[in-house]
Amino acid sequence: MGWDVVSAPGRGDNGGVPIPSTSTPVHEPTTDETVETDTPWVVIVWNDPINLMSYVVMVLQKLFGHSREKATKLMLDVHEKGRAVVSAGSREKAELDVFRLHEHGLWATMQKDDQ
Amino acid sequence: MFGRRVRRHRSGRYSLRIDDQERLLLEHLIPQLRELLMATGPSGAVPDAARRLFPVAYVDEENLEAEYQSLMRDDLLRHRLEQLELLEETLSRDQVTEEQLDAWIGSVNDLRLVLGTRLDVSEEDPPVLDPTDPNSAPYAVYLYLGDLLGELVAARMD
Repeated sequence: MGWDVVSAPGRGDNGGVPIPSTSTPVHEPTTDETVETDTPWVVIVWNDPINLMSYVVMVLQKLFGHSREKATKLMLDVHEKGRAVVSAGSREKAELDVFRLHEHGLWATMQKDDQ
Repeated sequence: MFGRRVRRHRSGRYSLRIDDQERLLLEHLIPQLRELLMATGPSGAVPDAARRLFPVAYVDEENLEAEYQSLMRDDLLRHRLEQLELLEETLSRDQVTEEQLDAWIGSVNDLRLVLGTRLDVSEEDPPVLDPTDPNSAPYAVYLYLGDLLGELVAARMD
């Protein structure tokens, strides 16, 4: 086999996917760590051209306990509208959900539900 | 002959009728994915091809994002390495447990995410393979992994 996943040249542009900061994070204590507002957070799954639709449905069923129908509807929302809110709640809950989605390779982000 | 290659049995185990050639291909890909994962440190830079494996959580909260990465990156890395190891351990088996099947699914999906990122695939890409294009071989592998993943997922959702 004459090619290598690791060293093969990439093709530039990332299609708008946010790239994690490459600077070394200096952990500065954030002042709002203990004084959280009541604003709920939402977890958003974004459409991407790589993940299979059936795979996304499987992950949404597995992580959130949705029926096949509900998970399929959510997946189609992501696919057709470009994004869908898949969960909401406290920052801790949202962060855990984002992490579990990241474990499964879904493109998920979280933000305050005030936009 | 036309039956499904990946099937759930009453015992809860899954049978895998995967060709030796396919297993060889996976055997070839596993160390490459591992090497890429190992190049991703607990903080700092993520190799370009691995950015879909270590995504951003907070889009516009820089401090919270740095905190998320510093707390979660290691767990995410460990998860990916563990499932890859489980795939490697069970690569030659004809029957796997649900946990092992999930590791196959997770690692095959990771491989697709890396290859798809490398190849910059889009939903509009027609799967026309020009053999003179240096990307034709990885693209063929990408398409194959999609078929395999579809079979694994279909059995898992039975």
